[in-house]
Amino acid sequence: MKAPAFRYARPESLDEACALLAAHGSDSRVLAGGQSLMPMLNLRLAAPAVLVDINRIPGLERIVEHDDRIEVGALARHAEVLRSEAVRRGAPLLAAALPHVAHPAVRNRGTHGGSLALADPAAELPACALALGATLVLRGAGGERRVPAQAFFRGLYETALAPGELVSRIEYPRAAPGWRYGFEEVARRHGDFALAGLAAAARFDDGALREARLACFGIADRPILLRAAGLEEALAALDAVEVAGTDVYPESYRRRLMRVLLERVLARLEKA
Amino acid sequence: MSEPLAEREIRAVVNGQQVRARVPVRKSLVDWLREDRGLTGSHVGCEHGVCGACSVVLDGAVVRGCLTLAVQADGARVETIEGATESGRLAALQEAFYRRAALQCGFCTPGMLLAAAELLERNPAPSRSEIRHALSGNFCRCTGYHAIVDAVEAASRRS
Repeated sequence: MKAPAFRYARPESLDEACALLAAHGSDSRVLAGGQSLMPMLNLRLAAPAVLVDINRIPGLERIVEHDDRIEVGALARHAEVLRSEAVRRGAPLLAAALPHVAHPAVRNRGTHGGSLALADPAAELPACALALGATLVLRGAGGERRVPAQAFFRGLYETALAPGELVSRIEYPRAAPGWRYGFEEVARRHGDFALAGLAAAARFDDGALREARLACFGIADRPILLRAAGLEEALAALDAVEVAGTDVYPESYRRRLMRVLLERVLARLEKA
Repeated sequence: MSEPLAEREIRAVVNGQQVRARVPVRKSLVDWLREDRGLTGSHVGCEHGVCGACSVVLDGAVVRGCLTLAVQADGARVETIEGATESGRLAALQEAFYRRAALQCGFCTPGMLLAAAELLERNPAPSRSEIRHALSGNFCRCTGYHAIVDAVEAASRRS
């Protein structure tokens, strides 16, 4: 249960980090909060030759509030994002979701960018990014590029990150008038990975639901965005989704959980 | 560009003491504290971040000692259960754990105390549900959770 041997570098700038990743190629991994990577090393599920520790890159943890968006630096710890007034004001869905992310000591260390870059299909933050229409800003040796969340999550632990690239920050459009947000998940124990979960953003006009962005997670190889103007439409959209099951939690059970979450969260938003 | 290394020299403040050491980069913070610094109060349980027995305080925040590398403590302040006990900041919690018999084998206790202290620092009068959430990342395999929640409640401003 000890990490396999690796070599370790601690760059002091994004440029240096990208140069290290470019130089060491697929043998290297970015070490951010380490709350998923270190277990994988200790369990010997991964054995990269080089770890590029980005924890000392100045400014990478910043949360910045703009008129039209909230920018969350890749290295912002879950606990900091949860405590951020700017996030509470401008991206309240994140504040609702983060108490469900693991446990306090893990939130003290785990990072926003790390969770998105890992793209665990049962993780909360990728679903929030999808529901909110976030943009991920990726940085590589060739410079910066911007990828919408919808195009970023490609499959099981699979993202649009190219070799040598890392997530540098995430931009969330600021919560707009008329929009309401809801989050709920079902897990065996609070803080565990969800069996099914829903991150929802919905626009109401005169008390009536006009459009909803419903990011379902824990049910497929990646978070799935359903767009609907009402519950019936959302449930019909869910019917078309290929839901993954296991022996313990079969497809039918997960689909049922997801239906219940859609009903519950939309009903709650309507009353909000 | 810095060259990736298999060993590095670190300087850290461990329980108030300036420490300089050479560490293999793959060594976890908790292994380094236990094996090289003799601070065996932090326990090694699951070694993949699930149980919380290895909890230590890194620059003021409770973290998993098994998911942090010793080399990452370079330039940081580290506090273990030994340092936190000596400082007296856990005294009320420790007294409450003793009075309520909130420890049986004691393996999880250092992590429980550090997690509970971090909760009470931010929220001096938590509800029982808030206490349970705050301790949800710490396992007690004797399953003595009720007594632990009782003790944290007793040490809080609620009682």
